[in-house]
Amino acid sequence: MTPGELFLQQILNGLTIGAVYALIALGYTMVYGIIQLINFAHGEVFMLGSYMGLTVFLLAGTIGSGGVGWLLLALCTATVGCSLLGLAVERVAYRPLRQAPKLSVLITAIGVSFFLQNAVMLGYGAQDRYVPALLPAVRWGGGAVTVTPMQGVIFGVSLLLMVGLQGIVYGTRLGRNMRATAQDPLAARLMGISVDQVIAGTFAIGSALAGVGGLLFGVYYSTINFHDGYLVGLKAFTAAVMGGIGNLPGAMLGGLLLGLLEGLGAGYISSQWKNVIAFVVLILVLLLRPHGLLGERLSERA
Amino acid sequence: MSGTLLKIERLTKRFGGVVALNQVSFEVSVGQIASLIGPNGAGKTTLFNCVSGVLRPEEGRMQLLGTRCLDLGGLASHEVACVGIARTFQNIRLFGQMTVLENVLVGTHVRTHAGILEAIWPWERRTHQEDRWALDRAMRLLERLALGGVAGRPAQALSYGQQRRVELARALASDPELLLLDEPAAGLAFHERQELMDFLRELKQEGLTILLIEHDMKVVMPVSDWVVVLDYGAKIAEGTPKEIQEDAKVIEAYLGAKTNGV
Amino acid sequence: MIPGRLLRFLAIAAALILLPIIDGNPYHIDILATAALYALLALGLNIIVGFAGLLHLGYAALFAIGAYTYALLNLRMGCSFWLALPISGGMAGVAGVLLGLPAIRVRGDYLAIVTLGFGEIVRIVFTNLEEWTGGPNGLMGIAHPVFGSFNFGVNSTPYYGLLVVLVAATAWACAKLRGSRMGLAWRAVKEDELAAGCLGIDASRMKLLALGLGGWIAGLAGCVFAAKQGTITPDSFDFILSVMILAMVILGGIGSVTGVIVGAVVLSAAPELLREFSAYRMLLFGLLMIVLMRVRPQGLFGTSVSPPAR
Repeated sequence: MTPGELFLQQILNGLTIGAVYALIALGYTMVYGIIQLINFAHGEVFMLGSYMGLTVFLLAGTIGSGGVGWLLLALCTATVGCSLLGLAVERVAYRPLRQAPKLSVLITAIGVSFFLQNAVMLGYGAQDRYVPALLPAVRWGGGAVTVTPMQGVIFGVSLLLMVGLQGIVYGTRLGRNMRATAQDPLAARLMGISVDQVIAGTFAIGSALAGVGGLLFGVYYSTINFHDGYLVGLKAFTAAVMGGIGNLPGAMLGGLLLGLLEGLGAGYISSQWKNVIAFVVLILVLLLRPHGLLGERLSERA
Repeated sequence: MSGTLLKIERLTKRFGGVVALNQVSFEVSVGQIASLIGPNGAGKTTLFNCVSGVLRPEEGRMQLLGTRCLDLGGLASHEVACVGIARTFQNIRLFGQMTVLENVLVGTHVRTHAGILEAIWPWERRTHQEDRWALDRAMRLLERLALGGVAGRPAQALSYGQQRRVELARALASDPELLLLDEPAAGLAFHERQELMDFLRELKQEGLTILLIEHDMKVVMPVSDWVVVLDYGAKIAEGTPKEIQEDAKVIEAYLGAKTNGV
Repeated sequence: MIPGRLLRFLAIAAALILLPIIDGNPYHIDILATAALYALLALGLNIIVGFAGLLHLGYAALFAIGAYTYALLNLRMGCSFWLALPISGGMAGVAGVLLGLPAIRVRGDYLAIVTLGFGEIVRIVFTNLEEWTGGPNGLMGIAHPVFGSFNFGVNSTPYYGLLVVLVAATAWACAKLRGSRMGLAWRAVKEDELAAGCLGIDASRMKLLALGLGGWIAGLAGCVFAAKQGTITPDSFDFILSVMILAMVILGGIGSVTGVIVGAVVLSAAPELLREFSAYRMLLFGLLMIVLMRVRPQGLFGTSVSPPAR
């Protein structure tokens, strides 16, 4: 492999995982944009998405078939399942605390995170679970630089979802209400927008995206663990902050960029230090552009 | 008694393309009450923010010519407070969860010195004395502003008029040379305004210099020794209240906007 | 002259130290020692989160720096525990301040993520610098403290006594600080940084002070932890630990010194009490956090204050 090929390959690999980060980061950024909550349980929703996918694949295994159809079914399951999960978490854990101090909500979020993690551990065991490969293990592309079909699926699905999200946010009534609530919840309420509904909608959409991200992640890496939600969630949050929290294109950019940096870091520095790269970059971004790459500067005025 | 305490020269502040302050110059004399008036958006609060170190002006000089001669440009807000300038805010900024007394005690911060170690060490006599001094000063100010009875209540539980007075007490607790008051009469009832005016005159008697932003000409004209008029970020006039009331440019700036008393 | 409050406080501390005489069960004492260690950590984090209002999510890293400082000083230079104790505190304090230098300029939630990132970085650095830190296997054979001719050894009792002394001293200092001029300044910065600045409070300095003090305490705790365990691995200082300590602070009631200690004792004992449910205990723990926050959002000992009307 020539240096140029290595570079290209690392970029491709980085962008793949970056797309997954971006999907999760969108959920963080949407929820933060609307209720200024760091939804710590979001990483677990992602993790549950991968386990929902696993369940579908296990079912496929018992029936004895495989292939693209099952992948689609798993995608639907993760989407619907995770959005319901997101709704439930919001309804049970966060909504009763709408007026509570911010830190209490944060602790609740951490509690939810512990709960979901351990529920999955009890249900599926603490060991790594193997996710069967559904797509042929071929590698496309000439020479040393290759793309797997799964990478293609990840790019395609992520792109589709991101475009779809833009469509929802800028083209539907719910999206308009979301943007209004994000700007000024009180004014939105006075204009007759049901803020509770908007928040629920935000959780549902964000969680669905994370669920899909989880499924893709599981299939891509072929092993999943109940602990995955923590680190991946953390990185996705980093991506959201990098892009400018509350900003949708920022989350996408942040996700891709973070994936890219990790890919290059793993290729050129050392994969052991891969996880440090994300945080060092984050701290640098915050120092140089405290409001993120695309975030607007909010100056405090007397 | 004369001499300048605050000297503003060619002060300019821009927000993006908007020029909030344009080459504003004026002086405030020792022991006087000076007022800054002008229509909404004229740049009055921006000027306060520049003087108190909250905002950094692009051009111009601000000097405090008190016991020492000090250039205020480049000082952070806490440094400005330390050299003897206290301020209040247009939209009251009390520490809502703290009690009224605690709010005023925070005001004594620049006049006290106990750090971490002094606070921890149980046998520190100086700290005890300092604490007692601060408490004494705070309580006296509260009594003077008829807030003695609510000293233990959270600041956010108070009425609007009371909150304005707490803010005043908090600013005075730092024993400033110059007091900047941003619309202290806004939202006050008639009798509260009268009390405020009396209080401002009392403070002047005691030698305090005050720079006042106020919309209500019934407050401005009787208490001020000097009035500076801003419009669209530029100074359009200054003079004694009487001169200002007769100034053609001022009347024009206010015409249609606000004419009470002018 | 000893003030009356201090006297009563000393009496409680002495009673706690003597507790092992009444109940000598080593398992119980070990739980108590762990609870005291958590209480110390929670008190330290409370200065940062409760007093200064900085949401710090990487506190375990400061604890780790304290622990590794003692381990390295001891293993490489034969440094004694008592000499290393203040050095560990100092190192963690300096680390807290250094981290704070860039972090305090950013808004609250960003600070949370910067500290979280810092926590991860420290853990990964300790894992990967094998030559110094033994990598994932950590460092072994760290000496137990020796006091005169008495070696602390592996028994938890002397550590428990030492930790009670440290907790008592820290709690006393925190209570004094809270009511002092500095305590007021912290609360002012926490509520309205701009207004606090205009009253002469240097917000950056107050925040760095809190980070330094909190770091100092974490460093002391880390030093004791390393000495007690004799072995430390980077895994002992993960994000979950940071979260646990934060949960103790918040469950107990942010800012309240008593509350924070109670929170630490309850949360460190809860997993032990839930031991019968073994596999389910972390699940129940998560549930407990959710339910408690729903019933008492201000924490067990926090005063109920309505959210600011803004």
